[in-house]
Amino acid sequence: MSLLTLDNWTGDQINELLDSAQNFLEVLDRPIPKVPALRGKTVAMMFFEPSTRTKLSFDRAAKALSADTLSFSPSGSSVSKGESLKDTVQTVLAMGPDAMVIRHKATGAPWRVADWTGVPVVNAGDGAHQHPTQGLLDSLAIRQRFGTLAGLHIGIIGDIRHSRVARSDIDAFTALGAKVTLIAPRTLLPPSLDPWTVSIAPNLDEVIEDLDVVYTLRIQRERGAGSGFPSIAEYVKRFGMTSARAKRLKPETVVLHPGPMNRGVEISASVADGPRSLVTTQVRNGVAVRMAVLFSLLGGEK
Amino acid sequence: MTAGEKQVMIGADIDRSLRRIAHEIVEHHQGTADIVLVGIHTRGVPLATRLGGFLGSLGDLPIASGVLDIGMYRDDLGLRPTPELGTTAVPGGIDGKHVVLVDDVLFTGRTIRAALDALSDLGRPSSVQLAVLVDRGHRQLPIRADYVGKNLPTAAAERVTVHLEEIDSDDGVWIEASI
Repeated sequence: MSLLTLDNWTGDQINELLDSAQNFLEVLDRPIPKVPALRGKTVAMMFFEPSTRTKLSFDRAAKALSADTLSFSPSGSSVSKGESLKDTVQTVLAMGPDAMVIRHKATGAPWRVADWTGVPVVNAGDGAHQHPTQGLLDSLAIRQRFGTLAGLHIGIIGDIRHSRVARSDIDAFTALGAKVTLIAPRTLLPPSLDPWTVSIAPNLDEVIEDLDVVYTLRIQRERGAGSGFPSIAEYVKRFGMTSARAKRLKPETVVLHPGPMNRGVEISASVADGPRSLVTTQVRNGVAVRMAVLFSLLGGEK
Repeated sequence: MTAGEKQVMIGADIDRSLRRIAHEIVEHHQGTADIVLVGIHTRGVPLATRLGGFLGSLGDLPIASGVLDIGMYRDDLGLRPTPELGTTAVPGGIDGKHVVLVDDVLFTGRTIRAALDALSDLGRPSSVQLAVLVDRGHRQLPIRADYVGKNLPTAAAERVTVHLEEIDSDDGVWIEASI
């Protein structure tokens, strides 16, 4: 069993995992925030792309479950000497990990690794494709605030095309019964929206008063997002979650961002640090969700 | 319940046992000050709540009752399917308190071993005692109960089933020969 994608999860399955994550949140609040559940297990962290929060979060999750971690990053490793993915994976596999957490710029890389190794693999982000634990932790943050996602109107704003976060979020939010509207320039929407059941809005102002949840995505210059619109100023004008726009939101509406934030671009500093922001809740939930995922993959018989 | 099972306690028996245990706890602690009941998931939880009710009526104060899930502390993780986890919550904490763990059946002692580990991660109680509705023997660890509703001699292969109204919609304890 691996966690590679959310596109085949039902709402019930997601809710079950979120219930488990809620129990792990309680563990993180204890005087001794550590349980022996995965004592003796080893989790290999293989981040072929830069990552701060996801890597830290998985590391914290594994250690809070008493698992050991093997860490790996491409700079300063033999990957920088040209070693292939398969050779790197086989080397790490020979050290006997019980699970692998993988981030890679190539879509599908975690599937290949799962096929090669036979150990449970957690996809921590593959290219612009999937980032399942992010979809789960975002769902948890929204569920904590509203009790359920069913019937909520969630707007996902920005670079949908290059965003694995958006793909996993859309899968999770729609499975949980939310109405999802994608708000982006045409150039930053994927060529096809099949098989999602989502609406599209050409700018934020058109739907802002109706949204229960505003999900702002990072403009990913490293994946070429900057070429999708004329200028940053133009983007902010139509899609930026500014403090002026925040005043038009419903009183209970919340704002999420997966980080790292481009303050002043997709989200203004006052909104990011304001009372509507769930950004730090998302980070905290991330550890609990990853504990739930690792426990579900490694807590049972082999 | 089906044939082949023998009922060994009815609702009134459970009630009487818990009342007696409440008196024993008060006698041992010379009152109910600083006592925290902690029910072990799942059937220890309603038992702790009921016991707390009886204790409250004997002392002046309501007795705090918490919930402990020991799923993450089991020693057979990896030998069975991933356990479903329950909630852990002990209102007011356990630091400096006299904790009485409450469970339905004491058998191998492994659940209690896990519960003691779990408790030590929640804080440092002044003392920990154990109250069980049924002690059926066959311990695999050096663990004993301080308060026992009923000592029930069993064969290792027999099954003991506890039903509580809050979970099962009826009250009773049954023993069933395993085939």
